[in-house]
Amino acid sequence: MGLQAIAFYVLAVVTVASAFGVTTARNPVHSVLFLILTFFTAAGLFVLLGAEFLAMLLVVVYVGAVAVLFLFVVMMLDVDFASLRAGFARYLPIGGAVAVFLLIEMILVSGAVAERGAAAHVKPLSGENISNTEAIGRVLYTDYLYDFQIAGLVLLVAMIGAIVLTLKHRPGIKRQTVADQTGRSVRGGLQVVQVKVGEGIAE
Amino acid sequence: MDLTSALQIALPEVILALGTLVLIVVGAFGGEKSTGLVGLGAGAVLVEAAAAACWGPMGQAFHGGFVADAAAQFSKVAIYLMSAVAIALGAPWLRRKRSAKFEYPLLVLLAATGMGVMVSAGDLISLYIGIELQSLALYVLAAFQRDDSRSSEAGLKYFVLGALSSGLLLYGASLIYGFAGSVRFADIAAAVHAGAGQGVIFGLVFLICGMAFKVSAAPFHMWTPDVYEGAPTPIVAFITAAPKLAAMVLFARALALGFPGATGQWQQVIVVIALISMAVGALAGLVQRNLKRLLAYSSILNIGYALMAMAAGTEGGMQAMLVFMVLYMIDVTGFFACLTALQRDGRPMERLEDFAGLVRVRPGLALAITALSLSLLGLPPFSGFWSKYYVFKAAIAGGLWPVAVFGLVASVPAAFYYLRILKTMWFDEPAGATDRTPGDASAIGMGAALFSFPLVLPALAALDPLATLAARAFGLA
Amino acid sequence: MDFWTTPGGWTLITLGEIVLVMVGVLISLAFLLLADRKIWAGVQMRKGPNVVGPFGLLQSFADFFKFMLKEVIIPAGADRTTFLLAPLITFTLAFIGWAVVPFAPGWVVSNINVGILYLLAVSGLGVYGIIIGGWASNSKYPFLGALRSAAQMVSYEVSIGFVIITVVLLAGSMNLSAIVEHQAGWIWNWHAFRFPTLVIMLPMMGIFFFSALAETNRPPFDLTEAESELVAGFQVEYSSTPYLLFMIGEYCNIVLMCAMLSILFLGGWNPGVPVGFMASWPPALASLLLFVVFALKIVFWFFMFAMVKAIVPRYRYDQLMRLGWKVFLPTSLFAVALVAAWKVFGTA
Repeated sequence: MGLQAIAFYVLAVVTVASAFGVTTARNPVHSVLFLILTFFTAAGLFVLLGAEFLAMLLVVVYVGAVAVLFLFVVMMLDVDFASLRAGFARYLPIGGAVAVFLLIEMILVSGAVAERGAAAHVKPLSGENISNTEAIGRVLYTDYLYDFQIAGLVLLVAMIGAIVLTLKHRPGIKRQTVADQTGRSVRGGLQVVQVKVGEGIAE
Repeated sequence: MDLTSALQIALPEVILALGTLVLIVVGAFGGEKSTGLVGLGAGAVLVEAAAAACWGPMGQAFHGGFVADAAAQFSKVAIYLMSAVAIALGAPWLRRKRSAKFEYPLLVLLAATGMGVMVSAGDLISLYIGIELQSLALYVLAAFQRDDSRSSEAGLKYFVLGALSSGLLLYGASLIYGFAGSVRFADIAAAVHAGAGQGVIFGLVFLICGMAFKVSAAPFHMWTPDVYEGAPTPIVAFITAAPKLAAMVLFARALALGFPGATGQWQQVIVVIALISMAVGALAGLVQRNLKRLLAYSSILNIGYALMAMAAGTEGGMQAMLVFMVLYMIDVTGFFACLTALQRDGRPMERLEDFAGLVRVRPGLALAITALSLSLLGLPPFSGFWSKYYVFKAAIAGGLWPVAVFGLVASVPAAFYYLRILKTMWFDEPAGATDRTPGDASAIGMGAALFSFPLVLPALAALDPLATLAARAFGLA
Repeated sequence: MDFWTTPGGWTLITLGEIVLVMVGVLISLAFLLLADRKIWAGVQMRKGPNVVGPFGLLQSFADFFKFMLKEVIIPAGADRTTFLLAPLITFTLAFIGWAVVPFAPGWVVSNINVGILYLLAVSGLGVYGIIIGGWASNSKYPFLGALRSAAQMVSYEVSIGFVIITVVLLAGSMNLSAIVEHQAGWIWNWHAFRFPTLVIMLPMMGIFFFSALAETNRPPFDLTEAESELVAGFQVEYSSTPYLLFMIGEYCNIVLMCAMLSILFLGGWNPGVPVGFMASWPPALASLLLFVVFALKIVFWFFMFAMVKAIVPRYRYDQLMRLGWKVFLPTSLFAVALVAAWKVFGTA
């Protein structure tokens, strides 16, 4: 128990601190790196909860793929830090007001959680001794089949959208056709000609 | 419940999804040549899905995630048919602009699928996934003319703000799930009834904010004018019609089925949103010189009316909302179809002064715009009058007469800006000849104009009982 | 004995195991590195390193001290913190993957349920060391190398994921020990050779191998550090110890990939014959023997890595992307569908 508590506090502190770093870092690349650290430690918290499948998924999907592309984009952006900061003071009142509102709300909500336990009345899925990967798999492909399929359509839209918005069929461009290249044979590409001395080849 | 009967209940969505997949293959292999074929196919799929929704079995499927009831049926038929109209309007327009792509009908199909999921949502997961499916397709559509910087800007703004609203919505949904212990509306209702506490109400507020974003109600309307102005006109015609109906039905379903025990709480929030929407829509519309922006504010105003009906929290209110949304949808599609049809020197006519003296240049379209404007204004005997009649009646019956009075007051400045269009068209000096008008867009515009006056009367006779039946599905008193 | 079951004792044991695995891997790396160079040299009919120690066996240690003793140079324009962070990330990530690798029955630091996902996650994180290093150098070539690398690794990770799914489907578990045990017995029980799925799994092994080459930036997919185009890619600005960390991390990743190939397809520690006859042996001896079997498989795969480096010419970047997205991805996706179908309909 002691080890778990230590691990929890370490992870929680790092999560919160790096989340804070995301918003305060002066360099956007550092912000993204803090974001990655946040994801990573959040995955650690999942592990502590015993949800190791979700934890790994979080790392594989968010840290391993999404955040890489994020970093990719941010690194290539030529961000002017000064102009980025310029609006800060202007938007501080409204942003601060929203933040304070949210803070109060969160305190109230966590008060409610502390009072009765948010999910105290929710029963665990089953008493069987199955890993949480299996438990997720069982409901994902049965009860939530419909949502799963529609989520697939959402990804399809994303794919079509990316193609529509970026693919350009420019005419007059030479493209490599691997099949043509490998399909080339000696017969079509090479001709052995007997050249008589002193005559050369016409044409 | 076994899979076969579940699939039968979800038949419209199955048809749409499978149709989309088949048409993608057709388009991918046929290339640009198959654009027309894919468009026709998409139209056929939508009509078929509408038929399936109309005559298909009712019930719940997929663990309560999918609900096929009268409300879903009613709105699905309307949504699918409007989506088909959007293809009929947009595909030829894109061809004229030499940017025809077979993806356009596909994206409309996918958006229609998303809307179908939305109106059939029985739990928070399908609510969110439906919204995402629909919105993602719409973001891409808004940016469809990617060589036009305004269109790209519209797509980007829509996307960023839409993502923000999705975040709000998800946050609310997770709070609700955490405190109610279930994602299903029925279980949430039970939990709320049993006193699930403050957390659920906080979640509900966030959920409402997210939904208000999607229906472009003030104060979450910031994206609307920019997107309407920048996105291609026929696509705006699509964005402003069917998705709004879908979002309103989903809104109503989430509130009525998920939170019948907290009516007092959500009613207040909705009333406030409705009031702000009406005020913003009426006043900000006054200073707009761009017709598309003006229609954006008009849509905010009209969503305010629809929300007012919904806020009544009665069966009559829901019925009024449904009737209102359907009639508004037809009006506004017609209006945008007229805008699509009109061009001067190859550029779209969007500014108010472009329309000066239009009645002498294009009398047919000018008449159609006149009819549609008068209808949006709410002048009897046009359809807009009837829809407002329903809404105000329901609001007063629901005890919201101060809101109704405010709505009436708000329609005065709104009337001014519609009348200004008419004045410009009828009495100003002509601004010059327009390009040849394409038959398809003019036909849709004039059809909508015809609907707004004589046809609306027989249509209402059919619409009224159907909407009553649909509203009963929300299970309110 | 009581002390070892308390949290403190448990921590000590785990720390000891970690140190043991790390030291073991590091020492074997020293010789594998030498083997790499020797094989390469052999293909080119050279002798390779042969001066330091007998047959050049101590060459890697000499290199190690050379790197350690040199001066660390940090470019003036570099982002100092992240510049030094990058090699540390690569180094650390390369080693934490070993936590779940079962070396022999019961010989594993952490026998977690989702071991294979953990490995996938860790190998996916490997890209950060490179991309951060390339960016923090604040220089053109490193940055280009980093961008190439990021795109490349993200692309090939997708097919690696799909190949792993086929194995998980067959084994019915994500636990690496369970996957190895599923291949116990005769050699035709190994995933690569088991009938009838070998029709799918042999090509999958090939795809995994090539994707592993791309994932570890090995030739012929070493576009990240293609010397003719980018000098040394993301490590242009690195010198001495930070460079050494990159280097060790890279090789450690390669060996980890070799271990994964052995575990997923070649039965891990299974020798290919039923091990029932070992039942009467002392457990430590049996495990040691099985560990040697596993180590030999790793060496075999490492030999393949080295041979590919020596023989195959470098790909062009667009070819690399085409191979990943247009060949490997659809093929492995199709294989997942086939294996799943076989699981459902074929085994009933």
